[in-house]
Amino acid sequence: MSWRRAAYLLPLIAFAALAIYLSHGLAPGYNPELLPSALIDKPAPAFDLVGLKGEARLSNRAFADEIVFVNFFASWCVPCREESPVLMDLARRNVIVLYGIDYKDKPEDAEKFLQQYGDPYRRIGVDDSGRTAINFGVYGVPETYAIDRTGHIRWRHVGPLTADVVKKEIMPLLQELGAS
Amino acid sequence: MIIELGHFALILALAVALLQAGLTFTGAARNDLNLMAAGRLAAMAQFALIALAFATLVHAYFVSDFSVANVAENSSSAKPLLYKLTSVWGNHEGSMVLWVLILALYGAAIAWFGDAMPPRLCARVLGVKALIAIGFLLFILLTSNPFLRLSPAPEEGMGLNPILQDPGLAFHPPFLYLGYVGFSVAFAFAIAALIDGRVDAAWARWVRPWTLASWCCLTLGIAMGSWWAYYTLGWGGWWFWDPVENASLMPWLAGTALLHSAIVVERRDTLKSWTILLAILTFSLSLVGTFLVRSGVLTSVHAFALDPRRGVFILVLLCIAIGGSLALYAWRAPALEPGGVFAPISREGALLLNNLILASCCATVFIGTLYPLFLDAVGGPKLSVGYPFFDRTFVPLMIPLLLAVGIGPLLAWKRGDVLGALQRLWAAFAAVIAAILIAYYLSHGGPVLSVLGIGLAAWMGAAAVVELADRLRLFRAPWSEVVRRALAQPRASYGMTLAHFGLAVTVAGIAASGFEQQSIALLHLGQTLPVAGYTLRFDGIGKHDGVNYTADRGDFTLLDGTRVVAQLEPERRFFPLQQQTVSKTAIHTNFFADFYLALGDPDNKGGWAVRAYWKPLVPFIWIGGVIMAFGGGVSLSDRRWRVGVAVRRAAKSALPANRSRA
Repeated sequence: MSWRRAAYLLPLIAFAALAIYLSHGLAPGYNPELLPSALIDKPAPAFDLVGLKGEARLSNRAFADEIVFVNFFASWCVPCREESPVLMDLARRNVIVLYGIDYKDKPEDAEKFLQQYGDPYRRIGVDDSGRTAINFGVYGVPETYAIDRTGHIRWRHVGPLTADVVKKEIMPLLQELGAS
Repeated sequence: MIIELGHFALILALAVALLQAGLTFTGAARNDLNLMAAGRLAAMAQFALIALAFATLVHAYFVSDFSVANVAENSSSAKPLLYKLTSVWGNHEGSMVLWVLILALYGAAIAWFGDAMPPRLCARVLGVKALIAIGFLLFILLTSNPFLRLSPAPEEGMGLNPILQDPGLAFHPPFLYLGYVGFSVAFAFAIAALIDGRVDAAWARWVRPWTLASWCCLTLGIAMGSWWAYYTLGWGGWWFWDPVENASLMPWLAGTALLHSAIVVERRDTLKSWTILLAILTFSLSLVGTFLVRSGVLTSVHAFALDPRRGVFILVLLCIAIGGSLALYAWRAPALEPGGVFAPISREGALLLNNLILASCCATVFIGTLYPLFLDAVGGPKLSVGYPFFDRTFVPLMIPLLLAVGIGPLLAWKRGDVLGALQRLWAAFAAVIAAILIAYYLSHGGPVLSVLGIGLAAWMGAAAVVELADRLRLFRAPWSEVVRRALAQPRASYGMTLAHFGLAVTVAGIAASGFEQQSIALLHLGQTLPVAGYTLRFDGIGKHDGVNYTADRGDFTLLDGTRVVAQLEPERRFFPLQQQTVSKTAIHTNFFADFYLALGDPDNKGGWAVRAYWKPLVPFIWIGGVIMAFGGGVSLSDRRWRVGVAVRRAAKSALPANRSRA
């Protein structure tokens, strides 16, 4: 086979590679939201971020002696919209203490986003540079971490939170950590 | 009973599609005119049967027959009639039936107009269409059957997602499907040409009108979807780089490239195997889009309900359709004779540049959309890369293309003269400078990128006009000569001018988004809010009942000084069935700027959150889309495409290259 002929095979080869990727997404037992974190049971990375809407700064020192959840979000992120009713419900029922970190976003867009979808957060820090997200090992938004009373990361969820995750993971976790 | 009739009709349509494939391929192989004619009848019968199946489903929705599971899950009795109709395609199963209905519609149209086509080409095209239909009919019947009954039937249905209950969205899916399912025709033509081993100008002349028609519908469909997002999602964004939006944008980009490369095949008999590849890729991207939207592999606001079986089925279909066609391409395309040569600076060169850039843009969107899936290989999750990625990759890629849009049509075939073209464009340069100065002045030194964007739009718009004036010899020849030339211009060339001008209009609308002004405030009755030189007055708030919702309706007056500009009534609608609140924005437009008002939450102490925006030129985004589609329509009406003409033209194939006939 000449090289010229071989070049015509390239689209087929590219598609074969793509098909393998696509089938990966459908493999049985594949759960796109299960992801190990190197930081589980390690102290949460330190951060000190500017607050959204001129609020006070958000620093991990604020988390003293409390189980807190930290949610990375952005106004441009579509799955964040999907999870917002779940977060709002948690906030309304006062189940968890939730802090938000606005990842690589324009503050005015974030404010619009919160106005439309509701603001479930106790306070929000603006991670404009993405440094905090890198320190946490965030793959992308949305992503949620649970930090225990001693400041250690105990749980991580990648992708939007769902009612199912709340029931099967967050509630048992709270029990395990002895929420009061 | 009626719904069972629909189910039966769909099964029968599958049988007819099998028959159609057999008749057409055998007929073409044996050159048997009778078999091929029977194949054309089968294509029409297939359409009639699917139309019947679709009609029974529409009927079930109209009479709210909740014993049909699909109706019970997606409709409710208290709902405006229009939304009972649109609920048919507001869900996975129903929209698949619409999908195959449109597929069969194109098949029937080819069969109908097939008299003027070479019979073997027509037969093979219909054969390929039948194979596609078989795949998707099996998909519907085996994994996504909308004709299943529920027993016992529920009293009331679960209703349609309130956010979808909107006239703008009602006709968005049909146009979108007319668009990307329409690319199956170009795909079928490409496969037929590969089987035949021959691509010539006549072939390109047959493919182009179908591609053009699909492209126009897709353009309108995307514009409608974006407009809907703009006024419903509540904060005035009009494109979110959502996977589902990208799924429609990718075939559009590839289809645009195909339209342009088919011109080269038609006029210069070259770029043949590339055009064939584009035709395959364009429809393949439509199929991949279908897979992404319906398999749950990616997260999106408008994704359909997930079912892993469906994902596997579509993936197998994808592998057969795309893998098969690319294998055929690898086998047969090297045999296609290369056509005429051309210098890099020429009309062909410009069209090739257009193709390269559009293909790169398409690849960028593809990678950005599938990035989450590629991450899976290293254990990644469902994530959004979002607009930061697309803004940094897609936009810079588009800029050279937009610059070239102005020059390309002025270049001659085979060998062009860029300097000469630029000299003829002096008026466009003047327009750019004027537009930049005006934009800078009016926006009081607004964002640099937006000001430059306006300049870019002025460049394209003025260049389109200059090119037309050049062809008509406006101001250089006597008026009688100009009029004679204007009448003699083929409509396709007016279509090009309109489409390029429409693109300029859209770009202006996009660029101007940097100039928008906004005010967000908590307003009490009687208070006013200044926005971009206007004053917004909060006059009242009241309750208002719709058919299936209750709403808080704000009453606002927009004032310019003391003059009343508009009364605005934004609403917050609560849908009790779905327990969902949807914001209904109020927009006042004069086609040059929108005043956009959304009502937020009350603070329960008499104050209401109000978001008001002044958005200059934003309507241009969609007006430009409509102009582009209209340009496509004008080109489609060109007499060269009419039945019979193409055959006669094909007979005397070697036409002298004429610069003005693109």
